[in-house]
Amino acid sequence: MRAVDAIMECLKAEGVEVVFGLPGGANLPTYDAFVDAGIRHVLVRHEAGGGHAAEGYAKATGKVGVAFATSGPGATNVVTPIVDAMMDSVPTVFITGQVRTDLIGTDGFQETDTLGITMPVVKHSFQIRSPLEIPRAIHEAFHLARSGRPGPVVVDIPVDLSRADIAYEPVTDLHLPGYQPTTDGNTKQIRQAAKAMASARRPVIYAGGGVVNSGASKELVEFATSDRFPVTCTLMGLGAFPAPHPQWLGMLGMHGTRTANYAMDEADLICCVGARFDDRITGKLSEFAPHAKFIHIDIDPAEISKTVPAHIPIVGDCRNVLTKLVKEYRALEGVDTTRTDEWWQMIGAWQEKHPLAYTESTDAEIKPQYMVQALYEATGGDAIVTSDVGQHQMWAAQYYHFPEPRRWINSGGLGTMGFGLPAALGAAVGCPDQTVVCIAGDGSIQMNIQELATCAEDKIPVKVFIMNNGYLGMVRQWQELFWDKRYSHVDMGSFPDFVKLAEAYGATGMRFTDKTTLVDDMKAALAIDGPVVCDVRVTREENTYPMIAPGQAAREMVG
Amino acid sequence: MGEPGTKELLSLDELEAAGNLHSGRKHVLSILVENKFGVLTRVAGLFARRGYNIDTLTVGPTEDEQYSRITLTFDGAMHSVDQVTKQLHKLINVLKIRDLDPDGTVARELALFKVAVEGAQRAEVMQIADIFRGKVVDVTRRSVIIEITGTTDKIAAFERMVRPFGLIEMMRTGEIAISRGRGET
Repeated sequence: MRAVDAIMECLKAEGVEVVFGLPGGANLPTYDAFVDAGIRHVLVRHEAGGGHAAEGYAKATGKVGVAFATSGPGATNVVTPIVDAMMDSVPTVFITGQVRTDLIGTDGFQETDTLGITMPVVKHSFQIRSPLEIPRAIHEAFHLARSGRPGPVVVDIPVDLSRADIAYEPVTDLHLPGYQPTTDGNTKQIRQAAKAMASARRPVIYAGGGVVNSGASKELVEFATSDRFPVTCTLMGLGAFPAPHPQWLGMLGMHGTRTANYAMDEADLICCVGARFDDRITGKLSEFAPHAKFIHIDIDPAEISKTVPAHIPIVGDCRNVLTKLVKEYRALEGVDTTRTDEWWQMIGAWQEKHPLAYTESTDAEIKPQYMVQALYEATGGDAIVTSDVGQHQMWAAQYYHFPEPRRWINSGGLGTMGFGLPAALGAAVGCPDQTVVCIAGDGSIQMNIQELATCAEDKIPVKVFIMNNGYLGMVRQWQELFWDKRYSHVDMGSFPDFVKLAEAYGATGMRFTDKTTLVDDMKAALAIDGPVVCDVRVTREENTYPMIAPGQAAREMVG
Repeated sequence: MGEPGTKELLSLDELEAAGNLHSGRKHVLSILVENKFGVLTRVAGLFARRGYNIDTLTVGPTEDEQYSRITLTFDGAMHSVDQVTKQLHKLINVLKIRDLDPDGTVARELALFKVAVEGAQRAEVMQIADIFRGKVVDVTRRSVIIEITGTTDKIAAFERMVRPFGLIEMMRTGEIAISRGRGET
């Protein structure tokens, strides 16, 4: 069979339901194979949209997201999604076309060193040297993408090799001798962790995206409720612990709740599960959690003690480890359950004194925070929410409550503007029975707005709510706070007209300016068939608070 | 108290942080990798991306053609060997990494020195080379090339000796190292 047909067989064998991509010269043969393959292909309008859609699909479903791009500019356009998937550990496979083997190295038309460009930002990559290698490479790519710490894998296929005739047999004997993720977790260490938690008077569980990736939410709740352990989640972990919940402190980090950050600051033992002490969490590293000892559970050994030295390191899959940890914890004798009473009193006092709050407008003006609250109400909290990057992202994380994992999809590590719409598209393709909304910024949305055409053409009913303040809001906030309010190139002006633009793209366009009718307006938008873009005009200069200023410690939160 | 095998709870004061400390000495990593396209780039690229400085790096075939051996030295005062090793292990093509113990290791480097010498100085340089068990591999009227094999320290010592004569060029291979005894490196 043709190698390209073998590629399709590989995809089917890996359970691929959908591919996001855009054809070009170097993957023409592959696209020919799509005609008869029986695999859904979503034609995106820009390869970056395809890459982020694959990410959104993967984050919403837990399956591997797949994106195709041609050589040269097609491949360079997926570099941002590849880095994004690397930073946020998203299981994805990117299959790129490459120029003919005899042209490689000659600066041929649409040639680029895809492998070289992506090498620092992939979990692994393959450049096909012989057509016979194709099936094995693709199967190994899927295995690498979804196992261990998930991530992006690139398979670069020269166009002439993709046309070769090969015999396809499913590859079952993967040969990756250098790849053996530790998934179980050391039993002694887990027991030690249980004992430490039982001794802690001021414990905090700090959970991240690893809990979502390993499907360990249930186990996390079981562990937290085996005692009265307070829980905070990173931006990537939201939904891993159900919010609201009596033991829920809210998100931590730069724009987290004061309660969560103060709890980290005063804790004597922090149990980090599937998170990585990112600088947006720690603030000033030397003053981070000064009284705490650390249990660190992660499937990637390199994350343990990378920035914060762990006292009890546990390498393993969060779900496996938490399952054992619950068992060990419950088997302990003589645990004093009243030892955290004083701790909870402190936490309660913080919660009472420092709830998330903002000043309501006195007229009909829509405060951006209220916009998120209104959307929470309009959706009944029952939606997959994607976001772009900036103030709206932080407000969404603060004010929308996620009762379960895979409901909150955003770009955390890389902070990619333009992520939200294509990610929503991918999530909606993966979860057709769920409401998918994208909370976007007026800056971010324009970075991949062309995917509205994809949504309209393929009847993908995403609902986009643009938090429109006419600014690159987060940058404006930093200029206000840290650069003496010398605004430099953050005013986005009044164009485009998002309502007209939405309509031009075949979506429904709406504009909301009145807070008194906002919830009903949003409900009306959600009830419309097909993609909808709502231009929600919000307060222009509103700051995202509270905030740990860059380089500061948690206890110095402002706002 | 607090032993993993016992039922007693532990005191948090007993816990000590592990890993990620700087050893302060030179480390020689012997890295067994799959002999595949781009592997050296991945290893070198990892060092560049993470901001690790490589002092020397050599790569060559092994007794098994499926694998290559990379020998790499870096300063443990600047980087945590634990973190460097763990990051290297994340590369799919890396099979095995040994942080070689200096006492249990035979390490060698080859160097070629081109020295500007004439007349009586030539004899003097050749005498120094002799002390270092070096070999003269090329002589012209105004220069001599000497080949030296040995540890990095020995080569550095030789360099100090001949530099005053007029060192035109020096080429060094970087260290290769193998563990002592019967066991595999």
